Amino acid sequence: MNRVVRRNLVNNVMLSLTGVCTFLTVSVLFVILGFLVWNGIGSVDWNFFTKLPLSPGEPGSGMANAIVGSAVVILIAVLIGVPVGFFGGIYLAEFGGKTVPMMIRYTADLLNGVPSIVIGIFAWTVIVVPMHRFSAWAGGFALSLMMVPIGLRATEQFLRGVPNSLREGSLALGASKTRTIISVIVPAAKQGIATGLILGVARVAGETAPLLFTSLNNQFWANKLDEPTATLPVMIYLRAISPYDDWHRQAWAAGLVLLVLVLVANLAARWVLSRGVTAQRG
Amino acid sequence: MAAPPESRARKFAKLLVNGDQVSHLVTLVFAGSVFVVTVLLVYQLWIHSEPSRAKFGFSFLWKQTWDPVTGEFGAWPFIYGTVLTSVIALLISVPLGVGAAIFLAELAPPRLSNACTFLVELLAAVPSVIYGLLALFTLVPLMRTTIEPFLKKTLGFLPLFTGPAYGVGYLTAALILAIMTFPFIISISRESLLAVPREQREAALALGATQWESTWKVVVPYARLGIIGSVFLALARALGETMAVTMVIGNNTSAHASLLAPGYTIAAIIANQFTEATGDLYLSSLVELGLVLFGLTMVLNALAQLLILATTGKGSKRD
Amino acid sequence: MKKQIVWTALLAMSAASALTAAETINAAGATFPAPIYQKWFEEYRKAHPDVQINYQSIGSGGGIRQLTEGTVDFGASDMPMTDQQIKDVVAKRHFKPLHFPTVLGGVVPAYSVSGVNTELKFSGETLAGIFMGKIAKWNDAAIKKDNPGVNLPNEDITVAHRSDASGTSFVFTDYLSKVSPEWKSKVGANTAVNWPVGLGGKGNEGVAGLVKQTPNSIGYMDLIYAVQNKIAYGSVKNASGSFVKADLNTVTEAAAGAAKSMPEDFRVSITNAPGKNAYPISTFTWLLIPDKIDNPAKKKAISEFLKWMMGPGQADAQGLSFAPLPMAVVSKEEKQVSLIK
Repeated sequence: MNRVVRRNLVNNVMLSLTGVCTFLTVSVLFVILGFLVWNGIGSVDWNFFTKLPLSPGEPGSGMANAIVGSAVVILIAVLIGVPVGFFGGIYLAEFGGKTVPMMIRYTADLLNGVPSIVIGIFAWTVIVVPMHRFSAWAGGFALSLMMVPIGLRATEQFLRGVPNSLREGSLALGASKTRTIISVIVPAAKQGIATGLILGVARVAGETAPLLFTSLNNQFWANKLDEPTATLPVMIYLRAISPYDDWHRQAWAAGLVLLVLVLVANLAARWVLSRGVTAQRG
Repeated sequence: MAAPPESRARKFAKLLVNGDQVSHLVTLVFAGSVFVVTVLLVYQLWIHSEPSRAKFGFSFLWKQTWDPVTGEFGAWPFIYGTVLTSVIALLISVPLGVGAAIFLAELAPPRLSNACTFLVELLAAVPSVIYGLLALFTLVPLMRTTIEPFLKKTLGFLPLFTGPAYGVGYLTAALILAIMTFPFIISISRESLLAVPREQREAALALGATQWESTWKVVVPYARLGIIGSVFLALARALGETMAVTMVIGNNTSAHASLLAPGYTIAAIIANQFTEATGDLYLSSLVELGLVLFGLTMVLNALAQLLILATTGKGSKRD
Repeated sequence: MKKQIVWTALLAMSAASALTAAETINAAGATFPAPIYQKWFEEYRKAHPDVQINYQSIGSGGGIRQLTEGTVDFGASDMPMTDQQIKDVVAKRHFKPLHFPTVLGGVVPAYSVSGVNTELKFSGETLAGIFMGKIAKWNDAAIKKDNPGVNLPNEDITVAHRSDASGTSFVFTDYLSKVSPEWKSKVGANTAVNWPVGLGGKGNEGVAGLVKQTPNSIGYMDLIYAVQNKIAYGSVKNASGSFVKADLNTVTEAAAGAAKSMPEDFRVSITNAPGKNAYPISTFTWLLIPDKIDNPAKKKAISEFLKWMMGPGQADAQGLSFAPLPMAVVSKEEKQVSLIK
């Protein structure tokens, strides 16, 4: 075989292999969805959304408290994390000098990289221990820590993406910096900022580790925010490692519901962003 | 312009209305809270691990025993498990991921490339506990009945593949971690490859290279910093993965040579034992493990950021 | 606004939801008695809708730890608290934890061995050897000696133990320490030990799951978990030399001696008890109740629950493979309720 033929052969083989790699990696998503639908769809029924969890084998078991609990914990995370990410991003993009923003960006990146279990430890030390209880507050706080870096980064980047001409125009008209930000810059960047915030929610919606020792779990409704709260990811975990087939089915169902919610949130974020980009060009 | 001296009330009102200083302050407070909280996090990890740091010192990092009865706590089995599973995961996912990135950056038509990248990036959004659920019920039985016996039969002479086929263990955890790291490697490597100037490719092709040769010998090396950065990023994520690993690693507190053996990672043992550690030393040892993990991921993330910044030019730059 | 509507609607639709009037009492601890505790708390809530006791089975170690931290109103454990642990609670929380026995249970060696359908017999030394990793195959001579005529496969034994801090682990290791001096010196007895071999499962549920799903495996678990999951469990040689299988009678007999000489604080171990038909790996399990509860509503609710538990509640025990408390113990215990201030 002469060199040219060999090189062409290598070329074809390697390029085909890369195609195979792509096929394998892309198909994983469909495999995951496929398994969840196959195993879980049968158990996603009206009871699932409305009833409380029961002992294994008892009919009419559901995860209503976990769904609501997840919503509550995420809401707390949003109430804490969104303002910090939003206003913090404004600071980094519009106000800061050199060193302070650099320090803040560095620590935000640091925070972003902290393993979720370590975030759980931190939330336990500053919320659970002083309060002497497991609570939705602690869980929400832990999740907000994971949300902030994403929101911060997105806000800053999209604010910086607004052309300087808009800023200068507004200032030339006599508006103060604050006015400019409120009325001109933020609206121009709003799709991108919203994307960052939605992505933040999507990221924390499925997190389990930080909730293990902050909001713990609850087989009933949590009537107050300072009580242990059931959440969807924690329930999936506890049901999956149990020996009961009935509970396994519930884990699959909950997994399907959770994944669908997370994927929808991600898709929504991207859709919002894509609209924003075209709108800006116009 | 010489203005008449204003009354204090008017000054204050002006401040509120125009309020640049006020908003500067307000936004600074929010931004600064990120700094404060992160510092507080490190501080809390430090003080809550004080009893075990005082008792064991640096030897904590290489002691092998984890015995709550005698109060002997050593981090080595968990550091070993964490690093081992992550490294093996990368050995699997880097070739696959870079291969896919090459396909998507060089070969695929733009629409297909964007669509596939989009799907791969969605993988990054799948929660860890769902990976764990899938691994537990589909991957573990497959490992136990098919893959591990096969490995034992063919490669069983190596100490890496000895011991019973449990289905759970280092190898299974590494496999699920490999799947979880695909998105990072593919997405960032693809961006790095796309950032390589056209002239490089064209020059190689003009010299008579096949497309593969042009890609492998010119484009990929040009983008290598970004690709390596993606590997570090993926490694940092893999080290901290908790739920999926906890569900399939077997929960054994010793380090084993065989990949088929059950073991533990730092994140997994914290998840399992944190709420129950009785006694200050036990608890502080777990917190110290958290500190070690934090340190590891911090270093890796910093390296990753530097490398990625160097190639794709992304990051905090104005316009 | 929308979220509130959704929440209210869900609350209205769910069965027997306790609304804002309910006092939620948080408890956590042992997984061993979790089946009966959950049944008790559900039943009690039906009778008293304003009392909602949320019990999380995180292991005995967890129960003791959370009680010490003050994050739960009471704990549950199969291992009686050590003097040091009690001291810690007094120092941190300014109350003394009172031990209230609730039921009796047995820890069984459950297994799943290919091709074996008869019940296996285990002596104490054999169990110690298996869990130490010294006996590595099912057809080992030691196992064969106790099970003549059984066709044991030439397969590796997969050991399953607890990955969390467990009272069940304590009972099992306490028993092994009594029958094997080597176990006692090498590993010891505690809720969390340095297991020489095996896979770790979280909770009794986790170990049961491992044994059920892993061929040729053996693990220790509460009797009810083996029964509910239809996992085969063996008989164990007791101090008198007979192979005894765990059931209500054999477990009750193990407690017979202890009932008479029950210490004031109810902390006692009944493993390897004397008695021809005594099951050697039996245990009481306790609720750990503070002797000082500040919230009067909670104090009332907990005290009444305890009295109910010692009375009508005991009837639920048998159905879930637990043995009810001996009468001698109950009468002593009723007096302890009045110690809660």
